[in-house]
Amino acid sequence: MKHADEYRDGRLARALAQRIAAEVACGAGGYHFMEFCGGHTHAISRYGLEDLLPGSVRLIHGPGCPVCVLPVARIDSAIRLAERPGVTLCTYGDMMRVPGSRGVSLLRAKAAGADVRMIYSTADAVALARAEPQREVVLFAIGFETTTPPTALAIRLAARLGVKNFSVFCNHVLTPAAIQNILESPDVRELGRVRIDGFIGPAHVSTIIGSAPYAFFAEEFAKPVVIAGFEPLDVLQAILMLIRQVNDGRHEVENQYGRAVRPEGNEHAKRDVAELFELRKSFQWRGLGEVPYSALRLKSAYAEFDAERRFALEDLPARDVPGCQCGAVLRGVKRPTDCRLFGTVCTPETPMGSCMVSSEGACAAHWTYKRFRDPQPLDTGVAAKGLR
Amino acid sequence: MHRMLDVRAGRVELAHGAGGSAMAQLIAQVFHTALDNEWLRRGNDQAAFDVESGRMVMTTDGYVVSPLFFPGGDIGSLAVHGTINDIAMGGAVPRYLSASFILEEGFPLADLERVVQSMAAAARQAGVAVVTGDTKVVERGKADGVFICTTGIGVVPRGTDVSVERVRSGDHILLSGSLGDHGIAVMSCRHDLRFETALQSDSAALHTLVAAMVAAGGAGLHAMRDPTRGGLAATLNEIAQQAGVGVRLREQAIPIKPAVAAACELLGLDPLYVANEGKLVAFVAPESAGAVLAAMRAHPLGHDAALIGETVPDDQRFVQMTTGLGGGRVVDWLAGEQLPRIC
Repeated sequence: MKHADEYRDGRLARALAQRIAAEVACGAGGYHFMEFCGGHTHAISRYGLEDLLPGSVRLIHGPGCPVCVLPVARIDSAIRLAERPGVTLCTYGDMMRVPGSRGVSLLRAKAAGADVRMIYSTADAVALARAEPQREVVLFAIGFETTTPPTALAIRLAARLGVKNFSVFCNHVLTPAAIQNILESPDVRELGRVRIDGFIGPAHVSTIIGSAPYAFFAEEFAKPVVIAGFEPLDVLQAILMLIRQVNDGRHEVENQYGRAVRPEGNEHAKRDVAELFELRKSFQWRGLGEVPYSALRLKSAYAEFDAERRFALEDLPARDVPGCQCGAVLRGVKRPTDCRLFGTVCTPETPMGSCMVSSEGACAAHWTYKRFRDPQPLDTGVAAKGLR
Repeated sequence: MHRMLDVRAGRVELAHGAGGSAMAQLIAQVFHTALDNEWLRRGNDQAAFDVESGRMVMTTDGYVVSPLFFPGGDIGSLAVHGTINDIAMGGAVPRYLSASFILEEGFPLADLERVVQSMAAAARQAGVAVVTGDTKVVERGKADGVFICTTGIGVVPRGTDVSVERVRSGDHILLSGSLGDHGIAVMSCRHDLRFETALQSDSAALHTLVAAMVAAGGAGLHAMRDPTRGGLAATLNEIAQQAGVGVRLREQAIPIKPAVAAACELLGLDPLYVANEGKLVAFVAPESAGAVLAAMRAHPLGHDAALIGETVPDDQRFVQMTTGLGGGRVVDWLAGEQLPRIC
């Protein structure tokens, strides 16, 4: 804990804030940086970092929240799977509350009798399958490169132990493909609706994939990237480094998170993932739409552990709640407060879209930590809507 | 005469709740032996006692904690402390408790005896009698071992008026000690979570601490709450809504043990939302705050007490906090359960 506290030191934060202000004073115009990762979104909101930044530095929340980017159709598939008799669906906590179409979430499906269990580790799902051999135990696997190796480990464990009633509903997605999609989107390239002067690069994801994959964006799109840890001082320092790059006219990949990220990443984890998984030709993202080669599926050698094959799952067409702006929020085109549902019918208590569910989602982070900054609404009932 | 109950190896059977001789035997051998007092000894369907003049308070609470035994306590002691604390938060002196047990068929009698004896010890230590009770048994699978409901009655000393409507903007907010000990201690022994910690639940009866605060603060002690489920965040939001004020906290002033902070970090939890069972938060007029804080710190259950913030005028009734870094944030109601983040 002492180690973590060192990265949350208020005195050091104020010193960094002064250096940021000085650097901004040397430059011209504003600075618009996208933090790709939900972990950064959470840290920025949780510690009130925007209060320490000059007004000309704007942070744009990116799509790096695994819970947020999963489209409704995949959530519907998971719910239908959980509703099958004999199936036990294991999921990380945040996924429980994401609404599918018809407003049903896994939490509601559970209340109605589906067997949904919250787990903390993929090994828990394998242990459950061993303890209850008469059940078909399915791991609802989601997340970016960070959470893929644990899924691979669970599959290897099940294979080694000969666990036949365990499978994985694989929804693992890839960070570089999503960044490229944003940079190539008409919003950024043609219409100029989203201005991005640089990226705060992912922390945990980069411990796996390394810093090398970002070199392409820095060169091809002339955008600086600074990989940053999830602690508040990490984020502030990364912002300072980005501002310096912009002021110097540089666009390089810099690594603020050197204590954990190496250029080549974690070779062992990458090997494990490459052995079990292969690229999907295309995958549907909430907000970004179909993104080519942006997600993983199990190789045919591991087909018996693939829930999609095992249960012949097929995603049915499904739409977001009408009016929900999660897609535009995830692309950085809109802010949470631009959505008419935000804070009226959509709150963490009754989320309409995925960005209001996870604490890493832009809408939930704004509602939970930052809404005191919003202009006071005429309808003062809004504050009372937080009431149970 | 029946054979004695085999408390060591026996289990709860449906007959133990059926109203017949098996139930009478369970009550006599397990409940009355441990909780013995003049009211239970009389054996009526109700306890009769003289009413003191003045104002009384009454409260009721259900206990369904899992696991039943955790570091620093169990469901029995918790059922006594929790209800005593709800009485004490009104500035009242707890007098009598009732206890209603819902037992699951198959629950080991040895565990039941342990729970009841722990309850008796907690009540004895607090100087409060469990004067009436009830026992029901439900089929296996319809409950989780044992659920306990306790109801309590207390007496408010003359001149004491501690209630949420007395909270004013400008009140100082005092917290009696470190946050999250109970929640983390319980979570550390959940079968799906299990982690090693030396942490103990803070479960304790707070009425003597309250008495010291009432004596020190007098009319300046406006309101008190114990931040149980939903933690300090839920309690402060409740008070802000009910009293029509905003709350401003200083993160750095809030005591949190390193072990709790570390466990929260690991589990993706925020200690402000984690349950406590032996802490209180008080709203005190600024001119009385010094004396009340000193009285708290002089009491064994309040030696880590701290001034953590103030109430302010705020139509939106926000609970806001200045973070350790100097930024601002809302401390919101908890939505759903506190679910760990995944990456």
